[in-house]
Amino acid sequence: MPELSRAEVAHVAMLARIQLTDDELDKLAGQLDQIVGFVATVGEIAADDIPPMSHPLPLVNVTRPDVVRPSLSSGDALAGAPDAQAGRFAVPRILDEE
Amino acid sequence: MSSPSSPSSPHDIVRRGAAELGAAIADGSLSSVEVTQAHLDRIAEVDDAVHAFLHVDAEGALAAARAADEARAAGESRSPLAGVPIAVKDIVATKGLPTTAGSRILQGWIPPYDATITTRLRAAGLPILGKTNMDEFAMGSSTEHSAYGPTHNPWDLDRIPGGSGGGSSAAVAAFEAPLAIGTDTGGSIRQPAAVTGTVGTKPTYGGVSRYGLIALASSLDQAGPCTRSVLDAALLHEIIGGHDEMDSTSIDAPVPGVVEAARRGDVSGLRIGVVDEISGEGFQSGVRARFEESLKLLEARGAEIVHVACPSFVKGLAAYYLILPSEASSNLAKFDAMRYGLRVGPQGVDSPSAEQVMAATRDAGFGEEVKRRIILGTYALSAGYYDAYYGQAQKVRTLIARDFAAAFEQADVLVTPTAPTTAFKLGEKLEDPMAMYLNDVATIPANLAGVPGMSIPNGLAEDGLPSGFQILAPATRDDRLYEVGAALEAALLEQWGAPILDQAPALPVREVTR
Repeated sequence: MPELSRAEVAHVAMLARIQLTDDELDKLAGQLDQIVGFVATVGEIAADDIPPMSHPLPLVNVTRPDVVRPSLSSGDALAGAPDAQAGRFAVPRILDEE
Repeated sequence: MSSPSSPSSPHDIVRRGAAELGAAIADGSLSSVEVTQAHLDRIAEVDDAVHAFLHVDAEGALAAARAADEARAAGESRSPLAGVPIAVKDIVATKGLPTTAGSRILQGWIPPYDATITTRLRAAGLPILGKTNMDEFAMGSSTEHSAYGPTHNPWDLDRIPGGSGGGSSAAVAAFEAPLAIGTDTGGSIRQPAAVTGTVGTKPTYGGVSRYGLIALASSLDQAGPCTRSVLDAALLHEIIGGHDEMDSTSIDAPVPGVVEAARRGDVSGLRIGVVDEISGEGFQSGVRARFEESLKLLEARGAEIVHVACPSFVKGLAAYYLILPSEASSNLAKFDAMRYGLRVGPQGVDSPSAEQVMAATRDAGFGEEVKRRIILGTYALSAGYYDAYYGQAQKVRTLIARDFAAAFEQADVLVTPTAPTTAFKLGEKLEDPMAMYLNDVATIPANLAGVPGMSIPNGLAEDGLPSGFQILAPATRDDRLYEVGAALEAALLEQWGAPILDQAPALPVREVTR
């Protein structure tokens, strides 16, 4: 069972798009290692022939009729936006400067 | 102003149950405006101490109350709870009312739409008093992980009210609301009910629409009622339950006869199965003692007590703490600082990229527990670990479902204590996440298998704090919870002579002038 190092926690935090301070990293690394040690015990009881259960209900591809219906106005959709310009979401740059 | 002893004084009104209030509003002996105002006054008096609410909507609640009174005067009957006010957990979208899920990242966000639950409450004529406090994104067992400060247990203000729906249960226990909505992903309705001396029901997965609930773990989340009696829970369950085409996981079948079952409350000839694996070791002695006494009461009312084996249940906790973070890390990816919520620029960076803004925002907007679980979930789902962690956890889920199926061959319902201990002190387990997680050991199996569960108060433990009795039923047989819950409630009431909340100490009351 792998031990979760501080560097691995930093890497996973980067993948999850969470910037952590050094103090947060120190604290989380210790706690997560303990938690991972505990949750890894699931490997001890479930044999290969047990099928995984992905969902508690026996439902398959439930869909609604594909019909146009009223939805949010652009004003409503933009009402909670941190920034908007000319009726559109304004976002930070998404391309590198180089 | 009326005196506390007059039959319709605010003091008397807030201590009445929802069914009774609904009947009084229907026969005209009370108006919805009177009832709603009495609860708003109670909130103003005690919520500084309890902090059950994140947002109170006095104006909206009174407008809905006036509409309920007008509908009644016009002869319209919208539901048995028409005009009875309700508190709603802050994870449920309410159009025009702030909805934060207890997180800084959604501070000030006002949804442009209603959740299906909210739509159904409004249609049934229930005024919404406000939004209740909760652990951030429903991650926690104590309501200490709210970005807006903890809720306090009305039985002892130095103790936790349970979590994540501590605000909803505390509001009901403190007589600030006769009814509340909670959500239960691993016990967040039932465990707060147990430690506050109230009733909490997690319906069958898919029994109540999740449309408009801010998702934590989509295969586990389920909304349900928080109340002071089994009948009140059934009446609310009937209003919010039932098929919704906006939720593809909603069960396409009518709500089972929960109100009828709650009114009947008969256990004669019923087989009640005790799950020994989550009823004994590690449970506080007073909690165990109340549990044993409750079994005797049910036996005296004609139930047969049997013992069933559910060996996989104890592994449920580990599986849950893999499945939940995995699904949560995916669900919470939408909080990216682009379309709604908080946006924070990284310090010392000119013209930051979307990625940098996203990382800085998520660091500033999410609390410690949320970060811990997102990182754990991202790790468990990452390349090389998926099969070892998430895949294995889903297999444990199959084993738990098989345990339930076998147990329900031998018993009509299963029972356990709801939580291993009574309410612990605020701060006591905050630095020890594993100790906090262990609190959910008895409630989690129901979420993993999708079966319904209920907690009802069954007395006070040796420390004078409430304990809870959990009932579990097969999927879609929610009516059995109400049948057994009502029978035990009646037997306990006979013994106590008054509801258990009458034994709670008086709360400090702030003078309020209107």
